[in-house]
Amino acid sequence: MTALEASDSVAVADDGVRRRDFINIAAVSFAGAGLVATVIPLVNQMNPSADVLALASIEVDVSAIQSGQAIKTMWRKQPVFIRNLTPQEIEAANAVDAATLRDPQTLAERTKPGKENWLITMGVCTHLGCVPLGAGEGENRGEYGGYFCPCHGSSYDTAARIRKGPAPTNLLVPEYNFASDTVVTIG
Amino acid sequence: MSFSWARHYEPSHPFMKWMDEKLPMPRLVYNAVGAGYPTPRNLNYFWNFGSLAGIALVMQIVTGIILAMHYAANAGIAFDSVEHIMRDVNSGWMIRYAHANGASFFFIAIYIHIGRGLYFGSYKAPREMIWLLGVVIYLLAMATAFMGYVLPWGQMSFWGAQVITGLFAAIPVVGEPIQQWLLGGFAPDNAALNRFFSLHYLLPFVIMGVIILHIWALHIPGSNNPTGVDVKGPQDTVPFHPYYTAKDGWTLGLFLIAFSIMVFFLPNALGHADNYIPANPLSTPAHIVPEWYFWPWYAILRAFTFDFFFIPAKLLGVVAMFGAILVWFFLPWLDTSPVRSGHYRPKMRIAFFILLVATAVLFYCGGAPAEEPFVMMSQIAGAYYFAYFLIILPVLSRLERPLPLPNSITESVTGKPLEQAS
Repeated sequence: MTALEASDSVAVADDGVRRRDFINIAAVSFAGAGLVATVIPLVNQMNPSADVLALASIEVDVSAIQSGQAIKTMWRKQPVFIRNLTPQEIEAANAVDAATLRDPQTLAERTKPGKENWLITMGVCTHLGCVPLGAGEGENRGEYGGYFCPCHGSSYDTAARIRKGPAPTNLLVPEYNFASDTVVTIG
Repeated sequence: MSFSWARHYEPSHPFMKWMDEKLPMPRLVYNAVGAGYPTPRNLNYFWNFGSLAGIALVMQIVTGIILAMHYAANAGIAFDSVEHIMRDVNSGWMIRYAHANGASFFFIAIYIHIGRGLYFGSYKAPREMIWLLGVVIYLLAMATAFMGYVLPWGQMSFWGAQVITGLFAAIPVVGEPIQQWLLGGFAPDNAALNRFFSLHYLLPFVIMGVIILHIWALHIPGSNNPTGVDVKGPQDTVPFHPYYTAKDGWTLGLFLIAFSIMVFFLPNALGHADNYIPANPLSTPAHIVPEWYFWPWYAILRAFTFDFFFIPAKLLGVVAMFGAILVWFFLPWLDTSPVRSGHYRPKMRIAFFILLVATAVLFYCGGAPAEEPFVMMSQIAGAYYFAYFLIILPVLSRLERPLPLPNSITESVTGKPLEQAS
């Protein structure tokens, strides 16, 4: 038995743990923590950068949008639909029992009080992110008269609620408020 | 190296002897794809597609490096830089068409190569690791092809990026942060384009590395063969060079003829006209489809139009689409039949040909609009696809009575029982 082996066997306690194990575990843990600390910025750099996140809210003048018309605008590089609902469309949306829907919401919950005719939603299908049709003149609005996503056939009603097709939720309502009667601030 | 009778590398030229002592690279090549690799004598043409896929990858790397010299990965000018390649760069149109069609030819070769493995049981012991590495190569190739298709920044590029990264948003809770992390924004934009370019440049070299592992793993048991019977002696093999280098060279010629016909006469036949429209975040093309080589998986994604219990349809579709490929990782343990080749498995053979039909149906539906009857056809074909791997193969492995196997490769070739090894 060499001197080294002898000293090793002396260091082994009754439970088989050597004193040197502590040094091994500590060293590997320390290296592991350092590795994690290094990897975090390398992964995090892929998240949206400051200029992408610096999303000044936008102001939209909606005075020119006639009843029944809709416009598309851009917010955070994504389309937003602003739609002036007709009384018939409001009636159609309210005629549905919200509890029966896939994503139960009433029109009132998706609009601002006193402004129920202004339906403001993201123009991003909640399925896989296509822009649904229906905001432009003469586009297919689908069988529920709201929006229709041509990619995978999701149909939204006049409150932009999902009614048919693969999309799981209603078109998202972004944060917004009416700065005045005719100007909307989104974001 | 696998067989004791493999020829030994014996350099005669003094320089090669010197080289063999310092860096035995020629020896490595000799043993890997030269006369030092004994290969079953009965390989049919389905065994030619591995080398074709490898050559297609090399062509992609060469044309891709050239394109990167002229392409600008910036959302403002990417589309214009591709048009610059097409119109202004000397021979740029040819190099770009070769790259775009080269991707298709890579996938043609790899699909036949995978189908060969499925039919002849090349995934079974002792070749599981070759198969697993092959699945990894295929997944990497899918990622590479997808990101490459985004680079021209046309309408299909943009919306393809939107839809494919949207797949990750289906994951509960962490889905949307993951999508934003992948894109570096809320929608595909400059950040996404830049990182896709960076990774599109990187991944083919990663694929090359995994291919080296794939071939390394292959050389331990040696190649499978159409009978699935193990090599029993020197009479069952021929040296890889010159026998299979010559055969691979002949099919390479055919492959390049077909490739040239596409590049020079039908360069856009496999593409989409919409991708010649610059990316527009405000307008989705009426009919978004991926490239043809993804159609079967895309059909499975779209086959889920209904929620199942509490799982939303969107998540189901995504899980099924990834599951359709991930199930391949379990294949060596799902199919427990000791007989490798479909030639000697009468029932598996029928099930396999139905699988080919189901995949063809999925392929067709994946390229068709998301409406009936295509959705229902995808559901039926998709159900069979999963049943083949998860039910039919495990059950058949137990119930099926295989046909008698030949005693050796030589017997199957000559039709005569093996005499004493000559």
